[in-house]
Amino acid sequence: MTHFIQTLISSLSLGSIYALIALGYTMVYGIAKMLNFAHGDIIMVGAYTVIVAAFQLGMPPLVAALMSIVVCVLLGVLIERLAYKPLRQAPPLSVLITAIGVSYLLQNLALLLFGSEQKAFPTLITLPELHLGAVVIDGITLVTLAATAVIMVGLTLFINKTRVGKALRAVSEDKEAAELMGISTNKTITLTFAIGSALAAVASIFYGATYIYIKPTTGAMPGIKAFTAAVFGGIGSIPGAMLGGILLGMIEQFSKTYISTLWSDAIVFGVLVLILVVKPTGLLGRQIKEKV
Amino acid sequence: MSKLRIRNLLNKNGLTLAALVIAYAVVGILVYTNHASRQMSNMLISISAYIVMAVSLNLVVGLLGELSLGHAGFMSVGLFSGCLLSIALSGGLPLALRLPLSMLVGGLVAAVFGFIIGLPALRLKGDYLAIVTLACGEIIKNLITNLKFTGGALGLNTGSIYSNTKDLLPFAFVLVLITVIVMMNLKSSRYGRAIMAIRDNRIAAESTGINVTYFKLIVFMIAAFFAGAAGCLYGHSFANVKPATFDYNMSIEILVIVVLGGMGSVRGSIIAAILLQMLPEVLRDFSDFRMLAYSVLLIAIMLLNASPRFAELKGRISLPNLFRFLTRKPSRKEASADE
Repeated sequence: MTHFIQTLISSLSLGSIYALIALGYTMVYGIAKMLNFAHGDIIMVGAYTVIVAAFQLGMPPLVAALMSIVVCVLLGVLIERLAYKPLRQAPPLSVLITAIGVSYLLQNLALLLFGSEQKAFPTLITLPELHLGAVVIDGITLVTLAATAVIMVGLTLFINKTRVGKALRAVSEDKEAAELMGISTNKTITLTFAIGSALAAVASIFYGATYIYIKPTTGAMPGIKAFTAAVFGGIGSIPGAMLGGILLGMIEQFSKTYISTLWSDAIVFGVLVLILVVKPTGLLGRQIKEKV
Repeated sequence: MSKLRIRNLLNKNGLTLAALVIAYAVVGILVYTNHASRQMSNMLISISAYIVMAVSLNLVVGLLGELSLGHAGFMSVGLFSGCLLSIALSGGLPLALRLPLSMLVGGLVAAVFGFIIGLPALRLKGDYLAIVTLACGEIIKNLITNLKFTGGALGLNTGSIYSNTKDLLPFAFVLVLITVIVMMNLKSSRYGRAIMAIRDNRIAAESTGINVTYFKLIVFMIAAFFAGAAGCLYGHSFANVKPATFDYNMSIEILVIVVLGGMGSVRGSIIAAILLQMLPEVLRDFSDFRMLAYSVLLIAIMLLNASPRFAELKGRISLPNLFRFLTRKPSRKEASADE
């Protein structure tokens, strides 16, 4: 029983990280109608920024974390401006190939800058372990869970209660109509990329703190899995991304613990294929009608 | 010969085929008379495999307009099934019978996988289809790595069926030729037109009675078949093959070839495959920057394709135009513009 609860807690922590990344995918997909393949690699950039800031520049943990968020936001916006914006009218295939190119570019730049060997992530959070009977929860897990909960509530309030949030929803609903109402689509898309990248940076900090070692391809796998989570929950839906992230984290962690670590990736991808075949709109997604 | 006839000839697939035959003939003479360097002859089989991979992926990307990120997975399936058969038969059958048979079987097994993976394609398109092919590629890699009889993560020992370039080259040539001919004929056939109609407007194609599901499946299976056959050939040129080689990165590499050569162009894929395989060999120092250059190429080509000014420029620089430019009667106006 203790083992089960322990697995549950670590799966929630992993799920929170996936949920944070999935939010970026789902928001960009909802508003720009594109799959931002490079989103996963933003995580890698965020993690390397923390490493450089903490070890080479000697910054205190909180400043390093903030710097990582700033760098990721700037990078996200820059990518959108340079690579995606000129392709607004281009066919979806070109946009997808460009996004893959950007993802590859980031990975290989990191490879040239930092080398292929993995680098240790600094200890940012030093909280004592929490003992609940026989169950032990370490500090990082607590912070991850708490921070994710706060971010999710904050983001939901932002989307539903503020004017800017309303603009986001309007653009995702109908781009042309939103433009006619005086909403700047370009600014909204930029904002979406900024928010998504900031969330990816936060995810990178928790990912680094939990898994410690970072290499240039670190972002790719969590990225693809978080996309799976976003699809699982229903792409374009914000509560869906949160739910999907948590569920996918549980599927992965439980299959690792109770089935086999060797097959866990195959199981996660199997889930993705299954969802897309059985219910492509995901758990909370809406059916999108195709207009002729 | 009138200019028009030359233009037609240049546009025709015959020229590509002729160039291919001549290229292989020249290379063949060099290899069999021992004039080819070791480095060059080592590359020939891998170049041939990449040509087949690129041309077959081009069928999915260029003709059907869908992105497959699992092409290396199909190659891997064909490689392992074909090579396992070849190892089993290596005692009894000579290479001349064994290799075509195992290439055929490797291709068929890959086609079966293409069918299984193509089934989700019944419901999906665009980004979702791309991500499913990626997932399937990873599942295949995971599967082959974890199975016992494929040698696991250490790889399959193909030492007993390893053959050198001299033995493999004729088979490589025939495989490339068959792939190219099939793709060219498919492109200009009823099937090809139906597939391109789906690419250009799925709903319109569907309403004219084209069975979208059927054609998507066919495309996936043909592409997987050739990828599998190429994989089997590729496997014979190594003494050991690891399943981890055929990952997402390799799929991207093939995609870069297709995009660089021009989506939908068989000839482009062939040229790009040769160029991109030879460049890292020629420029040794370049190898660190190879993947970086690929990613920049992908982005640059997509951005350039989207800009109208580049499209106009590209329209002017075509092979027939180049030919006309070279054989033009030097009028005074053009000559002065040249200087």
